[in-house]
Amino acid sequence: MSILKTTNLTKRFGKFTALDGVNIEVNEGEVYGFIGPNGAGKSTTIRVLLGILKATEGTAEIFGKDAWSDAVEIHKRLAYVPGDVNLWPNLTGGEVIDLFVKLRGGNNKNRREELIKKFDLDPTKKCRTYSKGNRQKVALVAAFSSDADLYILDEPTSGLDPLMEQVFQECVIEAKQAGKSVLLSSHILSEVERLCDQVGIIRQGKIIETGSLAEMRHLTRTNLLVETKQPIISIHELKGVHDVVQKDKAISFQVDTEELDTVMKHVTQFGVVKLESAPPTLEDLFMRHYEDNDSDVRRGS
Amino acid sequence: MWAAISKNTLALSKLIIRLDRIRIPLWLIGIVFFTIMVPIAFDDMYSSQKERDVMAETMENPAMTAMVGPGNLENYTIGAMTSHQMLLLTAVIVGLMSILLVTRHTRATEEDGRIEMIRSLPVGRLANVNATLLVLVVINILLALISGLGLYALGIESMDLEGSLLYGATLGATGIVFTGITAIFAQLSESSRGATGFSIAILLIAYLVRAIGDVSNETLSWFSPLGWVSQTEAYSTNNWWPVGLMIGVSIILFILANYLNAIRDLGAGFFPSKPGKKHASIFLKSPIGLALRLQRTGMIAWAIGLFILGISYGSVFGDLESFFEGNDVLEQLLAEKEGYSLTEQFIPMLMIVLSLLATVPPLMAMLKLKGEEGKNRLEHLFARAVSRNKMMGSYLIIAIINGFMMLSLTAIGLFAAANAVMDESFNFGMIYGAAMVYYPAMLVMIGLAVFLIGVLPKVTSFIWAYLTYSFLVLYLGGLFDFPEWVGKLSPFGYIPQLPVEEMQWLPLVILTVIAFVLMIVGMVGYNKRDIDG
Ligand SMILES: Nc1ncnc2c1ncn2[C@@H]1O[C@H](COP(=O)(O)OP(=O)(O)OP(=O)(O)O)[C@@H](O)[C@H]1O
Ligand SMILES: [Mg+2]
Repeated sequence: MSILKTTNLTKRFGKFTALDGVNIEVNEGEVYGFIGPNGAGKSTTIRVLLGILKATEGTAEIFGKDAWSDAVEIHKRLAYVPGDVNLWPNLTGGEVIDLFVKLRGGNNKNRREELIKKFDLDPTKKCRTYSKGNRQKVALVAAFSSDADLYILDEPTSGLDPLMEQVFQECVIEAKQAGKSVLLSSHILSEVERLCDQVGIIRQGKIIETGSLAEMRHLTRTNLLVETKQPIISIHELKGVHDVVQKDKAISFQVDTEELDTVMKHVTQFGVVKLESAPPTLEDLFMRHYEDNDSDVRRGS
Repeated sequence: MWAAISKNTLALSKLIIRLDRIRIPLWLIGIVFFTIMVPIAFDDMYSSQKERDVMAETMENPAMTAMVGPGNLENYTIGAMTSHQMLLLTAVIVGLMSILLVTRHTRATEEDGRIEMIRSLPVGRLANVNATLLVLVVINILLALISGLGLYALGIESMDLEGSLLYGATLGATGIVFTGITAIFAQLSESSRGATGFSIAILLIAYLVRAIGDVSNETLSWFSPLGWVSQTEAYSTNNWWPVGLMIGVSIILFILANYLNAIRDLGAGFFPSKPGKKHASIFLKSPIGLALRLQRTGMIAWAIGLFILGISYGSVFGDLESFFEGNDVLEQLLAEKEGYSLTEQFIPMLMIVLSLLATVPPLMAMLKLKGEEGKNRLEHLFARAVSRNKMMGSYLIIAIINGFMMLSLTAIGLFAAANAVMDESFNFGMIYGAAMVYYPAMLVMIGLAVFLIGVLPKVTSFIWAYLTYSFLVLYLGGLFDFPEWVGKLSPFGYIPQLPVEEMQWLPLVILTVIAFVLMIVGMVGYNKRDIDG
């Protein structure tokens, strides 16, 4: 079942088009990774989804309700963590957490204590004195101690240390196992790789790629390292072969997935001694999209 | 629909009260204390009707009318005297309180990104603005009741219950009007500085419009909410309708603020913000250039404002002159001092007010250094090769020049207007000198600000309390006959009152020396202390 859905979402600030026909869909129990270069429109999309910005065109729906006009209803079942957490300088972290939990209307004291302990947060300190990471922990504790059905997280870990990053990932996995949905925008690709079922890549306000990680890998290249009895000849000339590098006796190159079959047939003629194949790293995958090269941009489905 | 967009308004109101649980009582206590002290002092000093009538005579001139508004001078009871001399001034302070509190809880917290967090919760779109309005209305009603009942409780004969309640209600209603005005500017302007700036500008314009109106053209005063304040004539005719008018206008303002909030995006305003430059000019690339750029708009606004204020005060002199010409009684009362006309005797009083107001922008320029530190923006500069002396020195130089220019502008404005309206005009050197004698006192205030930033950074806002103190004792000192030492606690109390008094160089030199000592000590302290960010 679809929990969150935008259709042809467009947002203009004056003449500047920040979002240009964005379509994303997050289903129940799914973690959706939302990635893209700086200024691509991730936070803008999220703000429209939160009913904080009004869409210029298109629709944004959560739980089947309109993100702008039914914002209050939606927010009862939604938790949000921004990348830049700004709190009241003269309230303590504990007070802020209680305030957020109270405004939402739930009350789960045990969960709150458990999370404060897990995130190693001192809730008696004034927010003025918190470091960036600690402010983020306040927002994370407030979010995960509430009984939400959808978590919207906008670079929630940009200030966390690796240990806390681990705790965060556990929280997301727990939420997922409990059948909840998550929209996670992040620049930390390893995090996305570990947590997300679906990934959407946005660039300059347009979704340029969506799908599961497996599907996306399929669309791209595979890294191969081959050692043969006789030297491989004319590998350069084959269609879909890239970045050929000679390494001692072996040769490494990348192959477009759709040409893999032809290339393998060619290679086997030379008597394969050793063959290593690796899926493209997420970095490889995204670098292609992040780079400002329009010929590489594929229109999303 | 309404239920949804205003959900959790009450919870947010509670939050605002929790956040300001010290600030709000301080404002209330300060204003109520001030309101109640004045009639006590009046009762003590002008106990007989005869003394009050003399006071009424001296008040009956356009310069005083421009400053405090019209009053019931025929029947100048303690009550009439209090509402004539104090109601307008106190109303301005209440307006200022409302402006600062409203911006703080609307645009400022939105600008700091906290409203984004709030809005991601099941909180209505209009909940925050209405929570702020609600809290401010309650504060102003409390203020109205406490000061009204407090005045009545004094048991002064001419201060009956109705008049007292009306006095309080007028203060509260003014606060509510400026709550509405600020709530609208908080929607229109994209920054909290803008929202505060525009609202204070409206407050000053309202004051000036009614000053000009009260002196020359009554209809003009109708266009200013502060003009309505005097119309209540508390303790005389007790008109309630201006209070009703203010409430009516406030309701319209509140609705408009709600409407504007409902149709805009979070973080956005309505005033256009044009794209900035791609590269910094050479000028901007130095600490002093940056410091100047950051406060350019505010400084220009203050310069224009003070110039206009000078003009407004100056324009009163024409009326003042013709007024004195036909009034023998007064001429005897204010026996002419040797060589000085009656009109010239008003100059020192105006200069005190103008110089104290002109001290506000240089102090703001200096305190900006602390403000930037509070926003963690200084570390970007200190992390590069900028020494603390250079940083503080840049702000200090700006403040010193700023003060000089502000003072000059008010004097020039005053002279220009007075010159235009008077038959026998002033000598420019005399007016300019009468203003510039205050410069050493201004330098002491700047020096004290430097000292506080360098040595006692936690209490820098003390400087505002000190400036307010100076204002109260010097502006009101004439009315209340305070003992001399009360005025001498402020550097402004040592300034010779040109042109009526003789010029004395010694106090000016000593003040200047004190100013520089404070600046040096402050600089040394700034080099030694931790920078907060
Ligand atoms: N209020 C606004 N007015 C004008 N332009 C805006 C506004 N808000 C965002 N933008 C522009 O919209 C674009 C998208 O910004 P957004 O914050 O959504 O990027 P992002 O993908 O979250 O980037 P990052 O990874 O850096 O967080 C940017 O070019 C930004 O400058
Ligand atoms: Mg972002």
